[in-house]
Order: sequence, then C-alpha cells, then structure tokens
Amino acid sequence: MSELTLEPAEKGRDTHPSSGTTARTRRTWYDGIRHSRSLRRPGMVVALVWLALVLLAVLMPSALTSADPLDPEPAAKLSPPSTKHLFGTDTLGRDLYSRVVHGAAASLSAAILATLLGVTVGVLLGLAAGFFRRLTDTVIMRLVDVILAVPSMLTSLALIALLGVGTVQVALAVGFAGIANCARVMRAEVLRVRESVFVEAAQASGNTLPRVLLRHVLPNSVGPVLALGALQFGVSILAVSSLSFLGYGTQPPDPEWGSLIASGRDSLDTAWWLTTLPGLVVVMTVLAGNRVAHVLRDESR
Amino acid sequence: MLRYVLGRALQGAFVLWAAFTVSFFVLYALPADPAKAVAGPNTNLTSEQLDAIRKQFGFDKPLLAQYFDKLGNLAHGDLGRSIQSRDSVTGLLGSQLPATLQLAAVSLILSVAVGGFIAVAACYARSRWARQILLTLPPVGVALPPFWVGLILLQLFAFHWPLLPPIGNQGWQSLVLPAITMAIPTAAVLAQLLAASLTRTLSEGYIATAHAKGAGRVRILVRHALRNAALPTLTMLGLLVGNLLAGAVIAETVFSRQGLGRVTVDAVTGQDLPVVQGLVVLGALVFVLVNLAVDLLYPMLDPRVGRVKESAAARPRLRAKVATR
Repeated sequence: MSELTLEPAEKGRDTHPSSGTTARTRRTWYDGIRHSRSLRRPGMVVALVWLALVLLAVLMPSALTSADPLDPEPAAKLSPPSTKHLFGTDTLGRDLYSRVVHGAAASLSAAILATLLGVTVGVLLGLAAGFFRRLTDTVIMRLVDVILAVPSMLTSLALIALLGVGTVQVALAVGFAGIANCARVMRAEVLRVRESVFVEAAQASGNTLPRVLLRHVLPNSVGPVLALGALQFGVSILAVSSLSFLGYGTQPPDPEWGSLIASGRDSLDTAWWLTTLPGLVVVMTVLAGNRVAHVLRDESR
Repeated sequence: MLRYVLGRALQGAFVLWAAFTVSFFVLYALPADPAKAVAGPNTNLTSEQLDAIRKQFGFDKPLLAQYFDKLGNLAHGDLGRSIQSRDSVTGLLGSQLPATLQLAAVSLILSVAVGGFIAVAACYARSRWARQILLTLPPVGVALPPFWVGLILLQLFAFHWPLLPPIGNQGWQSLVLPAITMAIPTAAVLAQLLAASLTRTLSEGYIATAHAKGAGRVRILVRHALRNAALPTLTMLGLLVGNLLAGAVIAETVFSRQGLGRVTVDAVTGQDLPVVQGLVVLGALVFVLVNLAVDLLYPMLDPRVGRVKESAAARPRLRAKVATR
C-alpha cells in the first residue's frame, strides 16, 4: 500500500484516492484548467477573458476607467474617439467609454437576474412536469405551449405594460419570457433520467421524494439546462438592451447599454461612435456568452 | 385526413383560448386597481371619476364576469376598446396590420433566401475555409442586436451614402432597410437549422443510392436532400413568423414606420391594457394560423404523414424544437 501511495507522488500525479498528503500538495489548483479540453476550443479563452473584463466593469468600474460617466465636459462635446476619450464623447461632452463601463452594471445585472429567473422557475416546472407526469405534466406543458405561442418580445412588452418602466421591471419581463423554453428542455432531460436504474434504486431504497428529485434527478439532468442558461444569458442581454432602446429600461442620465445606443440615434449622421461602439460591446458580450454556452452544451453531451 | 385537419384546428383553437385566458388573468387580475392604470400614474382623479372609468370599462363587475363578457366578445371578433383613443381594438389592429404584414413578408422571403443559401453553400462548399466562414455567419447573426443593426444600416445607407430614405412608409425603397434589419436574426436561425438538417440528410442511405445511380450534385440537392431536410425547418415557421412580427416593434421604431410595432410601443407606454391584450391574442393567432398552414402542407410534402391514422405520432410535435438560438 505504501508503494502505491509513493509512486504517484514521485511522478507528481495524484491518481490514487488514498494517496498521502505529499501527493496531494503536488497537485496544483490549476491542473484542471491546464488539461481542460474545453479551453482548447477556438475562441474559448478570448470569450472567458472578455466576460471577466465585463464582470470587472460590473463589480469595480473604477478599475477600468477614471472618468466620471455623468460629468459633462462642454468644451469637448461630440469629440471623436481619441487617446483621451477612447470611445469619444456624447452630445453633453460625457466620456462614452466611461459610460459604457459604468453601464455594464445595469445591463448585466438585469440580464443575469432575467436568466436566473427564467432558468430557476423553468427548471422547477420542468422537474415537476417530467417527474410527476399525468395531470401535472399536462397542465404545465400546456401552459408552456401557450407562452411559446406568443413571441417572447411581445410577452415581455405586455409585462412591462403591467409592471411599469425600470431596470428591475425589464429584468422580470425578460426572465418570465424565458421560463417556457427552460421548462421544456428540463422536462425532456428529466424524462430521460427518470427511467435510469439509479433513480429506480434510489426510490426503492426508501428515499423521500424531494431527496430523489434533488439529489438524484436534478444533478443528472441539469447539464443541458446550464448550457441553455448560458445561451439564455445572451438572449437576455439582447432582450434587455432592446427594451432599454425602446425606453423601458434604466432611465437617463444613468448609463445602460441599450439606452446609450438609443441616445446616439439623434446624431447618427454626425457622430458614428455614439451608436457603433456601445453596440460592438453588446455584440462581443453576447458572442462570448454564446461561445461558452456552446462549449458547455457539447461537454454535457 | 379530415380527422387530422380537424384535430389540428381544434388544437389551434385551444392555444388561442389559452393565450386569451392567461393574458386576461395576468393583465387584469394582478394590478390592484385597473382604473388607476387607465387614468395614468400622474393624474389625480376624484373617486367619482374613477368609478365612472370602472363602469365604462366594466371593471366594477367581478373578475369572472368580466372574463366571460370578454370571451363572448372575442367570439365575435371584438377585443374591447382602447383606453387611450377609445377606438375599437380590432379596428385599430386591423388598420395597422397590412403595413407590418408587408414588411414581415418581405423580410421572411429575404431570410429564407439568405438563410437557405448559407446552409446549402456551407454543406456543398469544397474548400474547408469557405465552409468555416459560412458557418460562422449564423452565430454572429443571432448575436447582433436588431436595433443596433438598424441604426448602423441607417447611418451607412441613408446618411453616409444617401441611397435609401431613412424613415417613413413611402415606396419600396423605404422597405429595404427595415426588412434587412428584421431578416438578419431570422436568416441566422434558419441557416443553423437547415445546415444541421442538411448535414444529417446528406449522410442518409438514399443520398448514396441516388449518387450511385448517377444523379448529379444539383439533382441530389433539389430532388433528394433539400426536400427532406426542409421538413424539420418548416415546423419552426410558426415561431419564426411570430418573432418576425415582434421584431417589427424594433424595426418600425428605428425607421419611424407606421404599423403594429408602433401600436405596440404606444400601447405599452400608455399602459393601454385592452390593446396590449389584443396584440398578445393576435400574436397567438398568427402562430396558430401559420402552424395550421404548415400542418396542411405537411402531408403534401411528406406523404407518410397523411396516411398514418394516428397522424400526430408520425409528425414532429408542433412544440417548438429549438426556440430562439
């Protein structure tokens, strides 16, 4: 036994579950990342770096820019991109780069809230529909069919008519529209898992129903849903920014990506950067999110 | 065959009824006082005035009574009256529908052409590079915010090179830019679906058989591969057309066009609940009608479907297989 534990330690590789502490210390925390196949997928590293930058903009915008997003500089209004103002300035002379960085918080938190709402409620509904079958399944899936019959943009707009205007309201409206799709994917996944032997075994050995659902069915069917969640994140960013563009999201003067693009509308012929650059940031973020989603989806298969 | 058609029609009627019911209870049961929503947030009305509004719109009746009143009216094609303009909702939607339908039809044709071309070209491209480039287009297409695409097109083709009118409903020229704006996401989804379906079809045995019998590339593509590969894509048509109509909200706002999209924005901004509900029902109606048309077309394209008695089992369920990607 001692040989078995020593050998992998000498090679610096920990393959035996009962190996001693010396072997474990040799194993570095980034081993998993270093050998990860998914990181070698084209564009994956770029996507993750971009998402990390966006996350930094959400959590600590001052780390990326020193300019005040709300402070106008009348002398420099509508100046094109330069080294001083990376993205140029707007009609009031506010630094556009700083407004985009500070706008990440509103855009991203709305998109993340919407995704979480859609995925959580969708997973719970799909779990219930797929596991209980019969009446529960019929009722939930009929409801899902109806939500899918109405275009998601229209569903969100109808909810905004009800809830009113604002960042949170937009997030709720977008999240609700995403529930149906997640529920559908989750149900299909649960139907696959519930037939497997380990679920039968878990039920037969006297586990309570919530335990079977949460400990056995959920972890084994959640992979495709997570991939869908990542995909839903991109969809949410687009939906949130579209609704903000229409004027239902974060209210000015606070920056938000969709409303930044919208405010460039009046100076389309004179200041191209006001619409083009914030839009490119949105496109990059959605592309990065979708990239991660596709890799996750392939991994979970 | 008749049973098949009737079954589908009944299913469509159910979806329509359910969309009406769900939207009614969400829109009218949730707000504490719909009369206040009618009056708007900034007005200070006396309680008598609020009572008058409640009476006019029937909010003073119990919720279930309101529901059955509205359901009865819906059977006659009556969706109530707009709170803002006091006009009939059906009339309002009917008057604006043609402009939006025209725009949606042009962009649907455009997206089928472009999406189909990308998918076919990607499957048939001989060089690996050309294929890779073609296959990266759809994922980029779905990541573009439509309103941003619209603004960029406006900037380039209306201001920088004044080729097309920036706004309005006049003439075919005003249709070009909004149609492209709406077509991009639809074309991208179509290209992804069709490319996946074509790849699967091209590895089928009957393609190899056709090839062995000496059929050329074009003949195999048109007679054998595309006919079969297009079927799964067709079931998505209802969803795509619905999303196209919803996309008109963006395109009509960007290009200042008249149409249903403008009606939607005005109704949402003014919290005009009867109009909003009318739009939701219309959205479901479009979805149901397109799907019904696909259902009727399906047995003609795939003769296996009509002959089977339990036809529902033979054909992929209407339930959208992949929603917006």
